[in-house]
Amino acid sequence: MAGGIKKFVVGCFDDEAVLFPAVKKVRRAGYKIHDVYTPFPVHGLDHAMGLRETSLHTAGFIYGITGTTTALTCMSWIFTKDWPLNIGGKPHFALPAWIPITFELTVLFAAVGMVLTFCYLCQLSPFVKKHHFHLRATDDLFVMVIECTDKTNDAEVQAFLQDAGAKEINIQHAETGWWLGRYDREQKLYRDTELGY
Amino acid sequence: MSLLKYESQIREPLVDGNKDYHQITEDIIRPIEMKPSRLWYIGFYISVALLLFGVYSIYREVTYGIGQWNLNKTIGWGWDITNFVWWVGIGHAGTLISAILLLFRQGWRTGVNRAAEAMTIFAVMCAGQFPIWHMGRVWMAFFVLPYPNSRGPLWVNFNSPLLWDVFAISTYFTVSLLFWYSGLLPDLATVRDRAKTKLRKLLYGVASFGWTGSTKHWQRHESLSLVLAGLSTPLVLSVHTIVSFDFATSIVPGWHTTIFPPYFVAGAIFSGFAMVQTLMIVLRKVFALEDYITLGHIEAMNKVIVLTGSIVGIAYITELFIAWYGQNPYEWYTFKENRANIFSPYGWSYWLMMFCNVVSPQMFWFKKLRRNIVFTFFMSIIVNIGMWYERFVIIVTSTYRDYLPSSWSTYYSPSIYEIGFYLGTFGLFFTCFFLFAKYFPVIAVAEIKAILKTSGEGYKRKMTDLEKADSDKFYIDEVEHAH
Repeated sequence: MAGGIKKFVVGCFDDEAVLFPAVKKVRRAGYKIHDVYTPFPVHGLDHAMGLRETSLHTAGFIYGITGTTTALTCMSWIFTKDWPLNIGGKPHFALPAWIPITFELTVLFAAVGMVLTFCYLCQLSPFVKKHHFHLRATDDLFVMVIECTDKTNDAEVQAFLQDAGAKEINIQHAETGWWLGRYDREQKLYRDTELGY
Repeated sequence: MSLLKYESQIREPLVDGNKDYHQITEDIIRPIEMKPSRLWYIGFYISVALLLFGVYSIYREVTYGIGQWNLNKTIGWGWDITNFVWWVGIGHAGTLISAILLLFRQGWRTGVNRAAEAMTIFAVMCAGQFPIWHMGRVWMAFFVLPYPNSRGPLWVNFNSPLLWDVFAISTYFTVSLLFWYSGLLPDLATVRDRAKTKLRKLLYGVASFGWTGSTKHWQRHESLSLVLAGLSTPLVLSVHTIVSFDFATSIVPGWHTTIFPPYFVAGAIFSGFAMVQTLMIVLRKVFALEDYITLGHIEAMNKVIVLTGSIVGIAYITELFIAWYGQNPYEWYTFKENRANIFSPYGWSYWLMMFCNVVSPQMFWFKKLRRNIVFTFFMSIIVNIGMWYERFVIIVTSTYRDYLPSSWSTYYSPSIYEIGFYLGTFGLFFTCFFLFAKYFPVIAVAEIKAILKTSGEGYKRKMTDLEKADSDKFYIDEVEHAH
């Protein structure tokens, strides 16, 4: 899924306490933050960036009740319609005895469904490769990536980031989507492409 | 800055030493990038040898039938189901640490959760072996799956606790695996981005699913972890509840009791924490992770052990009391003659269990002993022996003298292949654990980084002045002005 090649100004911060005011400043100045890559979940950063809340938990709830209904409908159909098995003369519709399986299937559906949805939303999968703006974004750097448009003066953005406390600043042309690739190989996609800049 | 963002100095730091983010990565990932030590190889080869012996024992059992085991007419469940319940129980501590302590916002879980979750997964894998091979004709194991089979179409019995077990254990394994692996993704990406060799880049690149650390992804990741924790919490309680139903829904004296579910769950957490201690004490030493798995962590886990051990103790005594108070002669006979009577054939196992599970953990009321590593290690082994005997006592002493006194004389002791099967699961468990410790980050790197500034020793020390200023201000504003 190619997202297209774009030009970015990348600023690396080494402290989340500096990052937070920087994010606010950048947004106030009207620059478009493509993303901020952090080595761990920085609480409140999503709000500072103006991201909306995730609805992943709602999806989880829907998967859960799907599991509940699947379990109950299957068991009641099997034991009352398809093959009413006589188990010690007990009722065919034995709801209390079905609670354990119903519960387990609820949890199973919710968990599996949520993880798959999570992977789909974040486009995570084996053999998927994405552009990494800085390798230390998974170690100790907080990498703010600002998208440039035709009208952006990137020297100004760089100076702005410098002012906001970024330790390392550079400009990168990068593919925004993912592609099938391996991390032990150089990425070919955007280098082979003629850049229109 | 507000003091509320910080943790009081009175609380022990969770990360010792003056660490920064990069140092944490270095400390935890380095063992993956180095050649394993000689000790690792020795341990690994011993585990593989045990595993192979287990495979041979299973081969004997499958080829010649269940007769290779010394099960007899009254004792249809012997070592195998004892081991099954024991291993499942051990798994529970991992989920407790990763899920329940996450919901309770216990910061100390971050040091031990990754390895404990791995322990859960491997323990459940071991547990699953026992009911499967116990089936005898294992090629028909798929009969437990709910599908309309060719004899009818006849379905499985959804009212049977044994089928509930199938659902419970397989769900538990799947959910634990998903929870563990989704937590691993960011840390595998850290290994990938540090990798120097092509092979490591390739393998960790595949394994980390292309994780970038995007804020939106982290937001979803946090939501996912929280909901999975919320799902795992009732799940872990349900699993051992259902395991206890295998016994409690029967009419065998000694099994037919309503106390079983909570008593089994407490026992599971008790034995699981003991196993976590056994593993962590070795792990922190071998990989030099004493700064991340501190004495404080060990003490916290010992507190859980003394709590759950005491719950188990109360359950034993309640069970004994109700057996007498309930006036059922069969029930009372099981407890009085088969268990509590030390001169009965299995009386020794009951009292061994009592000593290991009820008496010995009480030592942990003393802070000195809770913080003593050698003593903790010794105790963790004692507790696991005790919890193994608990399942043995429940299974064997309830069945060896059944309603038919003519079969009473049979004394059950395991055959070499039953023992071999058990040792084989140890082999499986430790083979997996050694591989995990070598190839995966044994501590959740990202989670440790997230708590560093509130609970790291270096950062806490910097808080001294701020805390003092704040308490002075409080004193001046609130106490002095009041007069």
